[in-house]
Amino acid sequence: MSDAKTLTHLQRLEAESIHIMREVVAEADKPVMLYSIGKDSAVMLHLAKKAFYPSPPPFPLLHVDTTWKFQEMYALREKSAKDAGMELLVHQNPEAEERGINPFDHGPLHTDMWKTEGLKQALDKYGFDAAFGGARRDEEKSRAKERIFSFRTASHGWDPKNQRPELWNLYNARKKKGESIRVFPLSNWTELDIWQYIMAENIEIVPLYFSAPRPTFEYEGGLFMADDLDRLEKVMGYRPETTEKSIRFRTLGCFPLTGAVESEAATLSEVVQEMLLTTTSERQGRVIDKDAGDASMEKKKQEGYF
Amino acid sequence: MTDPIYQTDALIAEDIDAYLEQHQNKSMLRFITCGSVDDGKSTLIGRLLYDSKMIFEDQLAALENDSKRVGTQGQEIDFALLVDGLAAEREQGITIDVAYRFFATEKRKFIVADCPGHEQYTRNMVTGASTADLACILIDARKGVLVQTKRHSFLCHQLGIRNLVLAVNKMDLIGYDQAKFDAIVAHYEKFAKSIGIESFTAIPISGLAGDNITASSDNTNWYEGPTLIDHLEVVEVSSAANLDKPFRMPVQWVNRPNLDFRGFSGLIATGSVKPGDTLRSLPSGKTSQVKSVVTMSGDLDEAIAGQSVTITLEDEIDCSRGDVLAAADNPPEVADQFESTIVWMDDEALVVGRAYWLKLGTQTVSVTVAEPKYEIDVNTMDHLAAQTLHLNQIGVCEITTDKRIVFDPYEENRALGGFILIDKISNRTVGAGMIHFSLRRSQNVHWQATDITREHHAGMKNQTPRVLWFTGLSGSGKSTIANEVEKKLAIMNRHTFLLDGDNVRHGLNKDLGFTESDRIENIRRIGEVAKLMTDAGLIVLTAFISPFRADRQLVREMIDAGEFIEIHVDTPLEVAEARDVKGLYKKAREGKLKNFTGIDSPYEAPENPEIRVNTVEMSPEEAADHIIAQILPLK
Repeated sequence: MSDAKTLTHLQRLEAESIHIMREVVAEADKPVMLYSIGKDSAVMLHLAKKAFYPSPPPFPLLHVDTTWKFQEMYALREKSAKDAGMELLVHQNPEAEERGINPFDHGPLHTDMWKTEGLKQALDKYGFDAAFGGARRDEEKSRAKERIFSFRTASHGWDPKNQRPELWNLYNARKKKGESIRVFPLSNWTELDIWQYIMAENIEIVPLYFSAPRPTFEYEGGLFMADDLDRLEKVMGYRPETTEKSIRFRTLGCFPLTGAVESEAATLSEVVQEMLLTTTSERQGRVIDKDAGDASMEKKKQEGYF
Repeated sequence: MTDPIYQTDALIAEDIDAYLEQHQNKSMLRFITCGSVDDGKSTLIGRLLYDSKMIFEDQLAALENDSKRVGTQGQEIDFALLVDGLAAEREQGITIDVAYRFFATEKRKFIVADCPGHEQYTRNMVTGASTADLACILIDARKGVLVQTKRHSFLCHQLGIRNLVLAVNKMDLIGYDQAKFDAIVAHYEKFAKSIGIESFTAIPISGLAGDNITASSDNTNWYEGPTLIDHLEVVEVSSAANLDKPFRMPVQWVNRPNLDFRGFSGLIATGSVKPGDTLRSLPSGKTSQVKSVVTMSGDLDEAIAGQSVTITLEDEIDCSRGDVLAAADNPPEVADQFESTIVWMDDEALVVGRAYWLKLGTQTVSVTVAEPKYEIDVNTMDHLAAQTLHLNQIGVCEITTDKRIVFDPYEENRALGGFILIDKISNRTVGAGMIHFSLRRSQNVHWQATDITREHHAGMKNQTPRVLWFTGLSGSGKSTIANEVEKKLAIMNRHTFLLDGDNVRHGLNKDLGFTESDRIENIRRIGEVAKLMTDAGLIVLTAFISPFRADRQLVREMIDAGEFIEIHVDTPLEVAEARDVKGLYKKAREGKLKNFTGIDSPYEAPENPEIRVNTVEMSPEEAADHIIAQILPLK
């Protein structure tokens, strides 16, 4: 493929994602971009800027916050929205807050209350009818079968057996009042594509993806970062012993739910190198996939999780 | 089992930057795998993922565990489990929908559309094939060319896939017998020619044992062709082929950040574009020169098929979403009647004459589909007579759009020749189609402009034309109330005409029966007559049960905006049945009258009628007064 006029895989993926975003803006009444501050969100936001340049992306960013994200994530959240010239909406489920739901005492309920319920609340509150999400089909088996335009009933449920066929690049965005669409512009990207694109486009990501000496503690066999010791002490009932280790994160979520890996990879190419040589999959650091056997993600999505 | 050859790329560990440089410029190939239930399709895909190191250790551990528990390969790894995603299908041991898989080699990234192999196949396969550059058709070497093989090949060919691989699988189970392989290939070649497939690449493989997947197999020394991966790495991708075609870009969105910038955003479907090129905007036909090709990374000297860009023009020409920017000297056609191949994808069959949405490129218009010229039996390729198309059926039909659209024949341009059909009520994607050509009559029959305009006609009568569309159950009082309204309007010197359902069937529509498509044609004709009468300046009153929303919507869209007044004569079924003026409910209850609205056929009440009258609370005269009070202010 020496022909200079053949597009590279990254160029084709970029063009497809931009096309998807423009279709949504043209056809939806009130779109929003779900922004989780992770690397996939960073790529999605970058693509949105490209899609509508020189206009700013004509929709707000929405962060469904669990209050348990890493401090460095909150910092980048504010900066990214500002740089893109976009409005940033933050929603925290008031009920979860009132009941003090946290990842230590409440396990799966933490994800359910803060994220699943929080997302539904936020979409209903603002009346968004289309929400971009950064999920990729290579992440997990049930995602591989999800459409790029994925419909949700008025109660936010997903019916995997009743999906609309998607042909060519024609997306049917029609829906009844109250129904909404989740749109996944990164559906056809793989983890390696994401990293390569971050490198090629010089996209800013949370520094936690890169290795650095950080305070860590062990909990139920996993390695975690002590991002806020006072708060950890409050919910754990004791102040965990910390050790400084050179760690980084392959995926970012709530700090007590996201396991760190010991690593020396401090630059982008070293991170990619580590990823290519590593022998465990990306989601392994997350607890969410394991709590209901094989079909856990599929089940969560039917209930309305992104 | 062969060693996975991509697993130990030494360069990753030695010089990651060099490795990344190498991989930054991969091309991308999308392909579809087709096969019957036991042809080993999932196993082959699992093998490709495994050999290209797309499976991690934790996934592999889970796979080994699952293989022993629910696998079909005894203690061996069951690769099929890797790709059978949804819980329901893992239990049933079949895949039920299109799934997309990803793997990469040094030269290319691959996206595989994996489609299920059982009977409900056509819909999924057509979906997967619509974006594919290549189709890999699997054959079980023990069984040879089957009916399914023919069906898959035919559908791929219909969808315009010109790169076909015939993967003769399970060679290990026939002892890698060359004679048997050759016989299968000869058999397939004969069939392929008969349906217009010009070339294909046949490869003897074993997905389970790994023969000729990534490395040439010692078991097939007689085979000198490429391995499956070798072939996939060099075959031409369709985006490259699109480059040689004339420039086309459907406009998705007009980018207007301020008064000084007006850009047209879209994905270039075919050809290339440079500043200074003359483009024609269709359907308007206006031309202008390209001022710049804008991206966030800077203006481009040239943009090519497959890129998403924003184009600015030298002149302010009329152009918005749905229009197409094209090479000025080689523009696409504009028409409103077409012959097309349609694949039906919904449980509810095609309703001939019903208005659906048609989406083609970025254009969405209302469309009706005529009775199929013929249905194609996907197993024998025979042409069969058909009145409609059911789920998974494919046929050739004429379609008519309510306004002219910009298109290319599908064969020349997938992006401007492929369309989807959307049900206006359920919003489901019910069909997909491919335009063959426009019908000449739509190009040659032009609207004759007359000097005495409809405004003139209306002005002479000193009134605004209207269609008062009465809908309601049989016996609800539509005709009675419409008659009252017309009498009152006549006294007020308004020029009116009442079209009654039964009366129309005595003349204009006497050739129509009561089947679904006849009923729709009945309504369509009434709509057209009503439209002509409003052109003549009349206030038209119609009294038909017209039980289906889609049909009333069809008429609403024919009539000028604001002139269609839907009046729901709202009478509960019990009340209408108790009245039973014509004795029809009794007959229907006794089963002597079929498809009777309210009894064994539904009545879909209007959701937002302009006027609703309740005949339980109002007398016909009160209802008529109410209607007149509502429509007179509208003048």
